[in-house]
Amino acid sequence: MSEVHAEVTQWNRRDFPTAAREVLQNSQTRKNVKHATNVIQAKRNAVVAELPDWEDLREAGAQVKAHTLHHLDHYLMQFEDNCTRAGGNVHWASDAAEANRIILRLVQQHQAKEVIKIKTMTSEEVGLNAHLEANGVRPIETDLAELIVQLGKDRPSHFVAPALHMNRHQVREMFQREMELPDLGDRPEDLATAARSYLREKFLRVKVAISGGNFLIADSGGICITESEGNGRMCLTLPDVLISIVGIEKVIPSYRDLDIFLQTLPRSATGERMNPYNSTWCGVHPGDGPKEFHVVLLDNGRSPILADKEARQTLQCIRCAACLNSCPVYHQTGGHAYESVYAGPIGAILTPQLHSMEEGRSLPYASSLCGACYEVCPVKINIPEVLIHLRGKVVREDQGTFAGKFSLWNIGMQTAAFLFQDADRLAMAERFGQIGQKPLVSKDGFIEWLPLMLDGWTQSRDLKAMPAQSFRDWWAKERAPHSDNSHDDGKGSDA
Amino acid sequence: MLVSLFITCYNDALFPETGKSVVNVLERLGHRIEFRPEQTCCGQMHWNTGYLREAVPIIRHFVRVYRDAETVVVPSSSCVAMMRDHYVKAAEMDGDTGLAAEIETLLPRVYEFSEFLVRKLGVEDVGASYPLKVTYHASCHSMRSLHLGDIPIRLLRNVRGLELQPIQNMQECCGFGGTFSIKNADVSSAMLADKVRNVLETGAEVCTAVDNSCLMHLYGSLHRQGTSVRTAHLAEILAATDGARA
Repeated sequence: MSEVHAEVTQWNRRDFPTAAREVLQNSQTRKNVKHATNVIQAKRNAVVAELPDWEDLREAGAQVKAHTLHHLDHYLMQFEDNCTRAGGNVHWASDAAEANRIILRLVQQHQAKEVIKIKTMTSEEVGLNAHLEANGVRPIETDLAELIVQLGKDRPSHFVAPALHMNRHQVREMFQREMELPDLGDRPEDLATAARSYLREKFLRVKVAISGGNFLIADSGGICITESEGNGRMCLTLPDVLISIVGIEKVIPSYRDLDIFLQTLPRSATGERMNPYNSTWCGVHPGDGPKEFHVVLLDNGRSPILADKEARQTLQCIRCAACLNSCPVYHQTGGHAYESVYAGPIGAILTPQLHSMEEGRSLPYASSLCGACYEVCPVKINIPEVLIHLRGKVVREDQGTFAGKFSLWNIGMQTAAFLFQDADRLAMAERFGQIGQKPLVSKDGFIEWLPLMLDGWTQSRDLKAMPAQSFRDWWAKERAPHSDNSHDDGKGSDA
Repeated sequence: MLVSLFITCYNDALFPETGKSVVNVLERLGHRIEFRPEQTCCGQMHWNTGYLREAVPIIRHFVRVYRDAETVVVPSSSCVAMMRDHYVKAAEMDGDTGLAAEIETLLPRVYEFSEFLVRKLGVEDVGASYPLKVTYHASCHSMRSLHLGDIPIRLLRNVRGLELQPIQNMQECCGFGGTFSIKNADVSSAMLADKVRNVLETGAEVCTAVDNSCLMHLYGSLHRQGTSVRTAHLAEILAATDGARA
């Protein structure tokens, strides 16, 4: 069977500051994102506050994930054995191309021209839809928000609520156009009814479904998916063939561990105590559900992350998107500015690592390191710590190039590091600063324009000028001579 | 108690009044203050920007200056957060186990200013008077790294004449983030605009915090917009008395 290679979706073409600048011009998108994230975050905070053992659940989730990642080979093999025994077929895909090839071949074996899909970020990651389309197979998204994104030829901006950047008026317009329903109203029930009629016919007709997976359960070979709409349940049970594409980091040791995650995931993701639909299945059962079941276990850059002790925790992620909803940067930009399937704080650490730091190099800097993401993370990924670790990698790599070594940033930072190792140097630099700033200081003691990259500050902010006397000079002049406890044991420069 | 003041690099150069206020408050409470002139910087800017290797000698310098200090007080939560969250990791990255051990013994004696007053000294009323409407900006590191909780608020509630104005979205970052404010100037400015709007809506005359870095950022916009709202570090408010106002 033939295979045509699709053009890869163009993510990561622009750096974050450039893409963000464009989004910041779009006041409607910003309003939608701010409203939606505020609503989800408030719901999340309320249902999390109900649980007295929330911190213990976070810790337990983090430990289960860390343990599993430490023994990933063992648990994946166990999953494969048990899934195969239950009648499933396990495929291993080392990268996106291999995953696409495996899935296309399975679809072609069943002469399917259409497939229905449950929202799966992993299929977004490998660019599956484009690959299927290039080979004459039409993928139909059945998650309402994914359907909105697909019909609107848009990109997802949030991995729990992919159409979070749109409001219902925008959705109505798009449905009117794409579903040819000129009289469609914009009440939520109008939109839901339109989507339901559109999708029901597909559920009953299409024979192949593609899903992702929230959890691979090693000791039974089962898969668990949580969702809110029930459209996923339709895909999992009605078609003859089910293909699930799941990242290798999604494995957990035992069904018992769901006890933790089925509490933390829905509360973190949608602010629900429990997801309306929690589907767990294991292999195939005659007369019940799909006749054929395949799992594609996807690596696609995950193994190298495992090898990095500092960054390994990235793979603990259960894709709840609480870090997006809590992130003040995401609140301003939404997901598209990240130019990546995975947006927000987790995207800022995951994307560059999945691409071996070749793409998304600006993403580790797309954070003020405020720590809100770490505070809400249900598996305790210390995202700020990983961001700094990745910044360290970017800096080291840049310093290895001529342009990077002689960049203003590097020269400035090296100079500052030299000054900060010795108080006399620092004091002299302060005096230079006090004098050197004079041409820039306005009458009331503020700097309104700065040169080079520093103009980023003054585009929206004034800067208080340095006062004529530093604290250390004040102390030396006013206090040190009279003080009987000044520190004078000669602990001087150690440079 | 003999308190060693680590002023921090940016307070030294830009906000000497904050340092004087810390000295004022702690002396008023009966403590002796020393200032070790060898001090420079905590290394936060380098570390957070990804210049990890470059931060290590700065950290080593800090430890050498303060290793025999009885108590170190720092009027900046983000610098204390840098020490508590990253110093040991930096020493380990450098393979310097001796430095890591010295850090472990030094850090329990290092306090952020408001934390020192309330948690170490058990003082919530420092005898200050500041008859103005004030709103409090909870800086990210003070909340999420040092977990100061309502410590600064409790200190402010005990200031004579001060009217504390609650602020919307107190927990959200002001958008400073050190070099973030330059590398991602547009996003930083958008975050700042939201924060400033919330500050202005409180009707406060003064916005305070335990970090001058956030306040410098906030005031940069308050000044650019021509508002009359001022910023003042918590220490400056606590230093103000009926006789003398900071």
